[in-house]
Amino acid sequence: MIQFKNVTKIYPNGTKGLNNINITIEKGEFVVIVGLSGAGKSTFLRSINRLHEISEGEILIDGKSITAAKGSGLRNIRRDIGMIFQSFNLVKRSTVLKNVLSGRVGYHNTFRTILGLFPKDDVELSLNALNRVNILEKAYSRADELSGGQQQRVSIARALAQEAQVILADEPVASLDPLTTKQVMDDLKRINEEDGITTVVNLHFIDLAREYATRIIGLRAGEVVFDGPVEAATDEVFAEIYGRPIKKDELLGEPV
Amino acid sequence: MSQLSAKVNKPKKKYFFKTVIFVLLALLYIWAFAGMPVNDIKETAGQISKAIFSGIFHPDWDYVYLPDGEDLLRGLLDTLAIAILGTFISGILCVPFAFWAANNMSKGKAVTSSGKFVLSFVRTFPEIVMAILFIKAVGPGSFAGVLALGLHSIGMLGKLFSEEIESLDMGPTEALTATGANRLQVLWFAVLPQVLPGFLSYTLYRFEINIRAAAILGVIGAGGIGTPLIFALNSRDWDRVGIILLGIIVMVTIIDAISGYLRKRII
Amino acid sequence: MSMNEPNVNEPKVKIGNAPKPPAKTKMIFTIILVVALLWWSSFKTESSIADLTIGFPNMFDLLVQMWPPNWHYFENILEPMLETIRMAVIGTTFGAIIAVPLALLCASNIIRNSWIVYPFRFILNLIRTIPDLLLASIFVAIFGLGALPGIIALSIFSIGLVAKLLYEAIESIDPGPLEAMTAVGANKVQWVFFGVIPQVTAHFTSYVLYTFEVNVRAAAILGLVGAGGIGEYYDKTLGFLEYDKTASIIIMTLIVVLVIDYMSTKLREKLL
Repeated sequence: MIQFKNVTKIYPNGTKGLNNINITIEKGEFVVIVGLSGAGKSTFLRSINRLHEISEGEILIDGKSITAAKGSGLRNIRRDIGMIFQSFNLVKRSTVLKNVLSGRVGYHNTFRTILGLFPKDDVELSLNALNRVNILEKAYSRADELSGGQQQRVSIARALAQEAQVILADEPVASLDPLTTKQVMDDLKRINEEDGITTVVNLHFIDLAREYATRIIGLRAGEVVFDGPVEAATDEVFAEIYGRPIKKDELLGEPV
Repeated sequence: MSQLSAKVNKPKKKYFFKTVIFVLLALLYIWAFAGMPVNDIKETAGQISKAIFSGIFHPDWDYVYLPDGEDLLRGLLDTLAIAILGTFISGILCVPFAFWAANNMSKGKAVTSSGKFVLSFVRTFPEIVMAILFIKAVGPGSFAGVLALGLHSIGMLGKLFSEEIESLDMGPTEALTATGANRLQVLWFAVLPQVLPGFLSYTLYRFEINIRAAAILGVIGAGGIGTPLIFALNSRDWDRVGIILLGIIVMVTIIDAISGYLRKRII
Repeated sequence: MSMNEPNVNEPKVKIGNAPKPPAKTKMIFTIILVVALLWWSSFKTESSIADLTIGFPNMFDLLVQMWPPNWHYFENILEPMLETIRMAVIGTTFGAIIAVPLALLCASNIIRNSWIVYPFRFILNLIRTIPDLLLASIFVAIFGLGALPGIIALSIFSIGLVAKLLYEAIESIDPGPLEAMTAVGANKVQWVFFGVIPQVTAHFTSYVLYTFEVNVRAAAILGLVGAGGIGEYYDKTLGFLEYDKTASIIIMTLIVVLVIDYMSTKLREKLL
């Protein structure tokens, strides 16, 4: 489903963000990427939908090369990939529904979308998406009237409205409290299981990673130092990934 | 409609408000455009535009410096002088007004409101009319322009200063009062140091605007480069128009750049 | 040990170690420069307090003649006043419409290409350099007398005002939603409409209202150079020494401007 072939990213100052990554992620997996800050998690994730460019290698989404894609081809591939950000990235002054509908822009021509003339089916789809994450009642509220957890669920709804085959989540719960964290992660897991959407999540909470992932990929200094099922990710393995023993603040702990 | 759309209710009040605004705007525009002048553009319009364009590209370079009389440099410097003096006067004079209008400097709302009203009045009174009045008093020429500019700027500067004062951190004021300082000392040690950078920045901003205003004042004879420009326009001396425009553009750009640089350094 | 006895075991502070106060030369230099500028300015403009005090009675005379204003005259100038407002409305509208694409082209976070951004900013600065009345006189020379040159002058002036404020607002928006729109597969136009525009709509409306306030004032005097509106009546009434009529014009302008200012400020408060 997602294939990394000899992917390397070199920054202008010479540092290697990613170093010769070769990974295949199958459809329906729930993969969690772990590693220290600066290990390359964000670069890895963002190169999947080409928000970051790579220097060498190729990335294939469902057999199509996103690295070689251009213009509308690129946009069509991105259309099938939903992304959830740490800072939610909603348009604060727009309504929740409008934010979710903006996931559909890749499906229609420019003119229609600008005038806000989304087909009824799109609106249905968006409302359904909101319903699945349990915030249908907020559809016409302004995005900035919602709490952090609710805003993140709107993001997930946006990805659902895209009818995405893949969901990428870049530290989706880093700005949330423990209880809301659990809710959002539960939502992501549920959607992955119900819809079979391939999910790739960056996390820095180790216990969260163990609880939700089916597969864990550990990055260190841009290289894959661990890739295996969650059962195999012991504390020693994490210490290896981090290059040092686990610290207390890398565990989310029990929600109050 | 699906049962989902029925579950969520669109906020009716917001849509009502929006439609009212929309209708009002539509009426406004219909009225405005109905009265729009559709006079036939003079046939000479195209000709003259071309002439002005060529005037800009073949400006009358001789006009830049004439050893004996009215020339571009003198006009520009005149304009500059008017702006400098006018801004300075207003900068000093507006301070008491600013304190008058600031709501954290007086006890009563009546005091503040009257101050704000006075500033509003001065700001609204057209500069040009003030200039005309001052011409009656001191005769045509740059001095009238200085006075008009100085007085009118009090309006805008006073408003900006008073807003600066209102956004003051009252902490130092409290602390100083606690040490037993009298009102004037509190002003000097607690208020002034906080508002001074803002004051200076706004004064420079007003100076940028006043340069342009000073250029205009010449149109009614209050000195500056406006007078030669109107003269040149009326006598269809396009080359001269060109060089004057260029001169204004250059001077304003330089002043804006210097002023912008200084304002960055102050904040 | 009592509080008043100095502790003789403390090392005394050496005066030589105290930090030096910063040099005051820069401040002195600035003050000298400012004073020099002021001196030169007063000289150049032939300003003198003496002239002012001598001339004051003349002005006072004039003010006396202006009061009471000619109430009947209000009827005559109502129509020109409406024309003034029309000019301001049309000028602001055209200016605002053109300002939007111009502002987008000047925003460095929208257009990554410096070769586009800087030239357009340069053009914008050019537009903002020429004062409105001078623009109006040029257009009167081209198009003749009437409201049309006034409207054109106001439009150009408005472009300058709105575009600068707008592009500065655009450059300070949250890049998050922009990233989201790229991730969702939007093309450039959709990216602007769904990521940029919603974030600056409130600012834009506020700037347009502010520009309208400024334009009403400006439109009221454009007539002095023949560009329509109530301004030409200043010339007429002053020429005929009918100062009470002049006062009427001033007062009517004041009322209109104050009313529009008030409504506009209230609207702007609601927006931001």
